[in-house]
Amino acid sequence: MTSTPGSAGPTAATTPPPPELPARVRRFSRGERWIHRTTAALMAVCLFSAACLYLPSLAQLVGRRYLMVTVHEWSGILLPAPFLVGLLSRAFRADLRRLNRFGPHDRDWWRAALRREKGPRPAGKFNAGQKSYAAWIAGATLVMLGTGLIMWFTHLTPLSWRTGSTFVHDWLALAISVVLAGHIGKALADPESRRGLRTGSVDRAWAEREHSLWRP
Amino acid sequence: MNTPSPPDPHGTEPPDEPDGRGTPVGRRLVLGMLGLGAAGIAAAPVLQRGVEAVAAKDPTGLTDVLPAGGGFRYYSVVASVPRKNEDTYRLTVDGLVEHAATYTLDELRALPQTRIVRDVQCVTGWRVPDTPFQGVVLSELLDAAGVLPEGRAIRFECFDGAYSESLTLQQARRKDVLVCHRMQDKDVSHAHGGPVRLYVAPMYFYKSAKWLSRITVTDKVIPGYWEERGYDIDAWVGRSNGRDDTPTT
Repeated sequence: MTSTPGSAGPTAATTPPPPELPARVRRFSRGERWIHRTTAALMAVCLFSAACLYLPSLAQLVGRRYLMVTVHEWSGILLPAPFLVGLLSRAFRADLRRLNRFGPHDRDWWRAALRREKGPRPAGKFNAGQKSYAAWIAGATLVMLGTGLIMWFTHLTPLSWRTGSTFVHDWLALAISVVLAGHIGKALADPESRRGLRTGSVDRAWAEREHSLWRP
Repeated sequence: MNTPSPPDPHGTEPPDEPDGRGTPVGRRLVLGMLGLGAAGIAAAPVLQRGVEAVAAKDPTGLTDVLPAGGGFRYYSVVASVPRKNEDTYRLTVDGLVEHAATYTLDELRALPQTRIVRDVQCVTGWRVPDTPFQGVVLSELLDAAGVLPEGRAIRFECFDGAYSESLTLQQARRKDVLVCHRMQDKDVSHAHGGPVRLYVAPMYFYKSAKWLSRITVTDKVIPGYWEERGYDIDAWVGRSNGRDDTPTT
């Protein structure tokens, strides 16, 4: 058997493989990071245009109602687009499944969180709080989309539906603002989790501490 | 949860990982939100009355910034609207009339006044109940100008420089179509379209043009700002679907 060039040196046989695992572990694929980025950007535009339409002081400052309405409608209707395109990605589908399924450790996580216990709580790739947030914001976005379409296409439904949709759309917008502020606050408090979404990989020690049940 | 998950066909999950197994709570949460949203639409009339009752007794003013407190929302289609006062405001009546006229604010105030109290209904759904409007009935201004026989419709223009509205002559002659300088028993504020705005009581509120500066009699209806963007020209509230209270006539 002929040896390949470069592998026949004296060190090739004697160098042992590195004993420890690499310091960084892969958490998100490039596609997944773009799904998050584009969704976040659309959500920001949607919320900003909403504020310009709704908050009296901002509405009087900005005016331009037709432009703001158009920006709001289109950023809103496009909000699920990154998710839908993302379904092409196997890594994204696998993560959706992880987000959907709650095991016994997720109940332990919530119990510990509600009791404000110190120390790491059991979690897979996503902890129970992240899973709950993902499902809630997905459902809330769909409700906003539905009520928004009812208000957008005024011929579709009777007026009482539009009045009801306005009510739901307004209050849910307030709830989303609060929950989203919590989401951003959690990210600001954890640089390593932000690094995961920015670069795709995280520190192994962080992963073992924060997501002890995750097998990357 | 006792049934093991089927093996992952794509091999994306290591077998010992607890992720991806268990109860589909995420899906239930999403469906639960959809159910709550539908229930919210159905229960909105009751909930809205509750919110309005609290807002009416709220001394802090906090409810003004919370949703659905029964308040007005500020709409303007331009970046900024010039301010007009007693000295600078003018209302022109022209077009197919015998004698065109220009009114100052004081002249409008000196004409016979009408006060009506009606619900304000936006086409997108929000409503402000029992709002008083006061001013001159539009038909009196039209009579004073003398509409020529070929006059069939009215075009309204606004000093914001962009907004416009329209009515047929028949609609414009109704007794509940006012050129208002008072709203909620106060002078119409700049944000509400002051010093003078239109109030077309039986129609959706986009017909009630703010910052009114010109009334022109035309031979046919010229669609207004939102009407060119898809809204109905004949915007009756009472004859549209869903409104179960008496039409605002």
